[in-house]
Amino acid sequence: MNTLHDAVIIGAGPAGMAAATLLADHQADVVVLDEQSAPGGQIYRGVEEMAARMPDLFQLMGADYARGDELVARFRTCGAEYRPAHAVWQIVPREDHHEVWASSAGRSAPLRARNLLLATGAMERPVPVPGWTLPGVMGAGAIQILLKSGGILPEDLVIVGSGPLVYLLAAQCLSAGARPTAVLETTPRGALAAALPLLPAALRGKGPSYLWKGLSYKTLLRREGVKLFHNVTDIALQGEVEVTDIAFTSRGRKLWLSAGVVALHEGVIPAQQIARALGCTHDWDPLQHCFRPRLDGFGNTTLPGVLIAGDGGGIGGARAAEHSGRLAAAEILFRINILNGEARDGLALPERRGLAAHLAVRPFLDRLFAPAPWVTAPADDVVVCRCEEVTAGAIRAAVAQGAQGPNQAKAFLRAGMGPCQGRMCGPLVSEIMATALNRPVDDVGYQRVRPPLKPITVGELAAVEEN
Amino acid sequence: MFRRLDDARPEVTFDFEGRPVTARAGESVAAALLAAGLRGFRATAVSGTVRAPWCMMGVCFDCLMEIDGVGSRQACLVPIAEGMQVRRQRGAKDLP
Repeated sequence: MNTLHDAVIIGAGPAGMAAATLLADHQADVVVLDEQSAPGGQIYRGVEEMAARMPDLFQLMGADYARGDELVARFRTCGAEYRPAHAVWQIVPREDHHEVWASSAGRSAPLRARNLLLATGAMERPVPVPGWTLPGVMGAGAIQILLKSGGILPEDLVIVGSGPLVYLLAAQCLSAGARPTAVLETTPRGALAAALPLLPAALRGKGPSYLWKGLSYKTLLRREGVKLFHNVTDIALQGEVEVTDIAFTSRGRKLWLSAGVVALHEGVIPAQQIARALGCTHDWDPLQHCFRPRLDGFGNTTLPGVLIAGDGGGIGGARAAEHSGRLAAAEILFRINILNGEARDGLALPERRGLAAHLAVRPFLDRLFAPAPWVTAPADDVVVCRCEEVTAGAIRAAVAQGAQGPNQAKAFLRAGMGPCQGRMCGPLVSEIMATALNRPVDDVGYQRVRPPLKPITVGELAAVEEN
Repeated sequence: MFRRLDDARPEVTFDFEGRPVTARAGESVAAALLAAGLRGFRATAVSGTVRAPWCMMGVCFDCLMEIDGVGSRQACLVPIAEGMQVRRQRGAKDLP
């Protein structure tokens, strides 16, 4: 069997890169596995390539994105072993380590890790509205990824949703010359009033810089005359084979627009697939309507030797992710006896301060942009499990027939058993069932996540046996 | 639909169901096909409904395609390569 590594990090976004850099700086033996072909994660996706070959676009993306280029440059030279284009599909707990199976270019091999750091980040919250499975309807983050990874711009774009990314994406598209047709804000009436008591705390630390950015994007959109609709509800995407129209209600008026591309966004939630498969304990966050892994102040999960850093542990953004990555790295250095407890805590202190400064704005943003009730309680005829085409109504009917939780919903309906393996519908199925059963979401629980976590061929599995 | 800004990356040509398509080195198969104007990437196994990428980051699996003869590959995660053979995936697979 191969080397026993001090740490294996899954994910080369800000958390994974920051953790790897600190570990390597202390001569720890660390391997970073990442699904993408270049470092940066989704937030800094394509940053090296854009800086090198698309200077105008790079300039236009702004200073926040440019920070990724520095982070990547430090990571590239830190001494950590970086393995891009590796999809982790199975992790096996052994006596004193974890065995991590990753596939790359059709071949799989195991890595042995004394410590495992999951830095797999966030995913966009699915937005189940009528017609959301039509081609041309995408997450706002997906549109941003197209912009970052290749200067690919949407035409006749309508942006619908609530949260910072709505305004950032609109501003970026506008600056790149792809003027959005309209921005439809789904933030409910009353959300601002509810969030205001949290504003004073949001002005601490780095809070003002986040608030300032948000206001400047909104000002830009107003100045440029981008059509803005408020308190949008009753969204329906229409089209025969692809999206062509969007119908909605804004402040009581029924309206529609034609659209070539529709970006939906109702915030981001932790990507939980690997942590779930391992059996880490999760808790339901009733404000953000998502599960979060249970972590201590260093990012330790409820399983020994398994840590989580970055947005996968709870949404804090890219800068917070760097700090939580270094906190987890400090803990790993302690666990492998490179640092004693005192040295670890000394290393952790500035990271905790930095983390707190970047998280100060979060309670305000979380309240302001909490998903509206319709986002997590779709109408009966709306598809919830996109892969198996299971509607919210079918899930409620299964509850009426006696299904007690998501694993029974699998047996009744196959919800969560398609290609995405419940990544998209998982939290929704739990919440819909909990509401129907009138029980807490934590009680109803989550779909059991099983390997392979990513599609691999039978041939690839067989080749593993032969080796 | 989508359009592409000019950039200095080298061009790559791949095969989409018998047609040559030009892409830029470094981008994913899904990005290349969206930029080329493709809307339907796969048809679901349940009802045959046409789908296209939702997330572009490996979560939704609605970009599943047959790439170089291997089915159910996530087109948003596979970097495009010269001469790559890409096909749409239609409905459930017939197993021999």
